[in-house]
Amino acid sequence: MGDIPRGNRPLSPHLQVYRLPISAVTSIMNRATGHAMVAGILLLVWWLVAAVAGDRAFATADWVLRSWFGFLVLAGSLWSLWFHFLAGIRHFFYDAGHMLEIDAGQKTSWAIIWGSVIMTVLTLILFFFA
Amino acid sequence: MRYITPRKAAMGLGAAGPSTGTQHHWTMTVTSVALVVLTPAFLLVIGRAIGLPREGVLVYFSQPYPAIVTALFLIVGMYHFVKGTRIMIDDYLDHTERKVAIIFSEMFGWAVIAAAVYALARMALSAVIV
Repeated sequence: MGDIPRGNRPLSPHLQVYRLPISAVTSIMNRATGHAMVAGILLLVWWLVAAVAGDRAFATADWVLRSWFGFLVLAGSLWSLWFHFLAGIRHFFYDAGHMLEIDAGQKTSWAIIWGSVIMTVLTLILFFFA
Repeated sequence: MRYITPRKAAMGLGAAGPSTGTQHHWTMTVTSVALVVLTPAFLLVIGRAIGLPREGVLVYFSQPYPAIVTALFLIVGMYHFVKGTRIMIDDYLDHTERKVAIIFSEMFGWAVIAAAVYALARMALSAVIV
């Protein structure tokens, strides 16, 4: 077998060079967002406990919550929440046997991506201006 | 020498057998449906609370609707998180690491629930006493 030329043959797809389909990306993102949003939950629960703990505790927690860092954590968790919300609704349809075709998976993936961004912006507008 | 055949060793270890896979999936479905309702309700509640002074926060969460919605969202949400994290743990970890991760995830989830319920109960009940 040593005399068979192998140098110019195309290699099979490998994770490092393989472009993931959009439905795979949203599936991975669903898991990631589900875990990441707990950062925002922790911040809010700390803030709630601090409110009953005392003035100094609340002042510290409230300062962190409303700082640029707190906004980053809460806004990131908010987007994660909406992404996970929409991807979770898609799972109801998956479980019922719908939207399982490749074409449907791609369309719903883009709907989840853009939908989560739109819902995050709308929620933030509601928070700051309503 | 092992007398047990590989087939015998694997019998009954599947997710659908006497294990808890079906129950787990159903729990995820029920908590997901609950969270579809609770998520928008919680966001509207918490959006009004952030930015209030400490006294305002204490009075706000002493009202039934904000207190109950926040408690339900955090309890059901963290329970859904614990059950969801189990899927990732089962995917990536084995043996002792898997057991430690499952125990840590359960303890973390219930600790967050306990802290949230404690804070909300203090705020809700103190208003009645005073």
